[in-house]
Amino acid sequence: MTNITLPRIPLIFALLLLALFPLVGTTFYLQLGAKIMILAIFALSLDLLVGHTGMVSLGHAAYFGSAAYVLALISPKYEAANLWLTLPAAIAAAALLALFVGALVVRTGGIYFIMVTLAFAQMIYAVFHDTKIAGGSDGIYIAVRPALNIAGFKPLNLENPSEFYYLVLTLLALVFCFLNRLLHAPFGRALAGIRVNEQRMRSIGYPVFAYKLGAFVVAGALAGLAGYLAACQFGFVNPDILAWHQSGIVLMMVILGGMGRLHGAVLGAFAYVFFQEVFSTPALLGAYAKHWQLAMGALIVAMVLVLPHGIGGFIDIALRRYGYRVRGGKSQTAQ
Amino acid sequence: MKDTILQVRRLCKNFSGLVAVDQVSIDVRSGELHAVIGPNGAGKTTLVNLLSGDFSASSGTILFHGRDISRLAAEKRSRLGIGRSYQKINIFPSFTVFENCRLAAQSRAPRTLRWLRDARTYESVMNQALQALDAVGLASRAAEPALALSHGEQRQLEIGMCLATEPELLLLDEPLAGMGVEESIKMIELIGRLSEEHALLLIEHDMDAVFQLAKVLTVMVNGKVLATGTREEIRANREVQTAYLGVIEDPLA
Amino acid sequence: MFYLIQLLNAVQYGLLLFLLSSGLTLIFGIMGVINLAHGSFYMIGAYLAYWLAQWTGSLWLALPLAILIAFVLGLLLETTIFRRLYRRDHLYQVLLTFGLILIFEELRSILFGDDVHGVAMPALLNFSIPLTDTLSYPVYRLFVTAVCLAMAALMYFVIHRTRTGMRIRAGTSNRDMAASLGVNMPMLFALVFAAGVALAAFAGAIAAPISSVFPGMGNQILIICFVVVVIGGIGSINGALIASLAVGAADTLGKVIAAEYSAIAVYLVMAVILLWRPQGIANKA
Repeated sequence: MTNITLPRIPLIFALLLLALFPLVGTTFYLQLGAKIMILAIFALSLDLLVGHTGMVSLGHAAYFGSAAYVLALISPKYEAANLWLTLPAAIAAAALLALFVGALVVRTGGIYFIMVTLAFAQMIYAVFHDTKIAGGSDGIYIAVRPALNIAGFKPLNLENPSEFYYLVLTLLALVFCFLNRLLHAPFGRALAGIRVNEQRMRSIGYPVFAYKLGAFVVAGALAGLAGYLAACQFGFVNPDILAWHQSGIVLMMVILGGMGRLHGAVLGAFAYVFFQEVFSTPALLGAYAKHWQLAMGALIVAMVLVLPHGIGGFIDIALRRYGYRVRGGKSQTAQ
Repeated sequence: MKDTILQVRRLCKNFSGLVAVDQVSIDVRSGELHAVIGPNGAGKTTLVNLLSGDFSASSGTILFHGRDISRLAAEKRSRLGIGRSYQKINIFPSFTVFENCRLAAQSRAPRTLRWLRDARTYESVMNQALQALDAVGLASRAAEPALALSHGEQRQLEIGMCLATEPELLLLDEPLAGMGVEESIKMIELIGRLSEEHALLLIEHDMDAVFQLAKVLTVMVNGKVLATGTREEIRANREVQTAYLGVIEDPLA
Repeated sequence: MFYLIQLLNAVQYGLLLFLLSSGLTLIFGIMGVINLAHGSFYMIGAYLAYWLAQWTGSLWLALPLAILIAFVLGLLLETTIFRRLYRRDHLYQVLLTFGLILIFEELRSILFGDDVHGVAMPALLNFSIPLTDTLSYPVYRLFVTAVCLAMAALMYFVIHRTRTGMRIRAGTSNRDMAASLGVNMPMLFALVFAAGVALAAFAGAIAAPISSVFPGMGNQILIICFVVVVIGGIGSINGALIASLAVGAADTLGKVIAAEYSAIAVYLVMAVILLWRPQGIANKA
């Protein structure tokens, strides 16, 4: 089986680093770290669709944002919502939305799929932006972060940056492990087959539509998880969270880190935020720092033209050139 | 009397004005190799596409074990027991040889726990894949990427994938195309073995192979069936000779 | 009379969409490139019109200048960047053109700021035709409709009656075959791309007096163009025309019935079409 073996040691090392970070990090960096990990979950969810199943969705922010809005809408105005209730609700809402949209769009493929996923995401954006259903373009505030109370016992206080950080880290690790299992399981193997040769999958008897819809819904649900956490952290939700700009950014993260490898999606999230911070510091670009998106855009263009396999792929190529055997990827006997 | 597994009645396919398959009727029985021959453009591959479900017919019926499958999607026909190989090699090139067959075998696995258990732990699927690979003689190449195989071996893999789905009816579209002499001999042997246990519809241009393997032949010209019969009947048929074979010397004499 | 006004608006908007979408669908049909930055070209045209009109004092001068500049820009972009995208996966095309959008938006922000700017209508057309005692219709909008119709007619003429058009149609149905028959594909591609950019810029320029120029104007209309292309079928100019008018009608009707939901109306039409005929109106299955 190709492409899904993981470099175990570096991963465990990275996990340790992340786990120990709060002991030394300042509040600012803890919050940044949590933000990156939330985006990593978002990127992982899209990688399942794009990198692994070959379905390029340009509307993934719709599920990210919907879950965020669900939290904002069902949170009491000045109290903490109950995480045990609101988190599943938000994920379920995102999954349901993905089910409805997916049922309509999964039948299409190629460029049509790209366009209709974008269009439906835009429709959902229009619902939140133009109507008064959810505060319109003003957005909604979440005054207090959700609480994890069960029967009076409070395991974590999410208002505390390092406790929130640990929650996000745990969830990231869980999502990562879940996706890893999924990709090794028959379902994940079938998705890989669909990416490589969809028609052949049909002719050997796979109900391809059902598999693709399944992938779409799982990806939507995981995006919802990320969106919920983002709403928790930021305390404010507005239509921009569903904008297609957001969908483009998460797609970029997936490619930046190297597609089809789970750790690539996480790498991509780190890399994106890293570049964002670099490009927007006045120390580097002076007065143009507020136009950091120009540099980001140029980076994307350069990356597509020069480094199509992203940073992860670049690392793999560099390692192979220096004689290291890299697990996963194409075998050396391939032409 | 062998069972008639596949009955095709007056099958037609129009491509906006061009009639590719015209009122074709054909029967395929189990344990019998039925070859379809004819000049290029006769509609043979289109016929196979119609039978496998890759194309939908404009009119006519296809009965599999007496059940009408004319409107059924390709994946459902596969699950009923119809396997098909393609003229243009249609495998998963970046996967290993074994994974190609395993994926095919997996399509038949029961539904339980398919989300979290590693695919390699499903023993029956693994065994089925190995058996299929063995049947086509590729077991020794199992761990290699499929695109490292030679052309002939890739064709064997294609058939292996079909076999992994445990079909009753095999539709083989020019399996000998582009093969060298040695590979052809192996493939002909394989097809011969398969025809003993399966119902087999074979499209081929290699006349030696056809006359060696086939019990029944159908000749197609311009989308229509010109003649159907046994080897001897077809060889002796004047119309077939003029349209396609020319006066043929008996290769078995 | 109220309905006449709505009808005229719908047709005007639909034809404007047609100009934009035809460029998009041609670029995809012939070169196989999905171009998210197409909306940016619309924006570039509008801002060019704004800037040139201020500089020369006349919109009449600004319009042809804007088209020319846009055409040259298109040639430049095609030869340097887009040429490398033709054989690549759609995913990378999406990403690269998304990067271009970011670049264009920030350049716009640097050069023109983030405010909304009005563009003066040419004095000649700056009046309204009275329709009833209380209602009148702006002549400029009629002018836009007329010009769009003329451009559409010109496009049909070029595509169906000239040799270049024949090569374009050949390229749309079978790129490799056309190339092997001796059509100079690289040059054809460059021309078609530049023409698409120029069309988009022209649409933006001519609509500027009506819609003003503002940040994000390109992206808004791009997605509507996508809807048009999905409904009409990729590569089909005829489909783009029908779909553009349908979308124009849906949008206008939506605004009349419930202003809040007008944007959604368009996407609903797309959803219905998708259910019924996923390959688009004009394309075969």
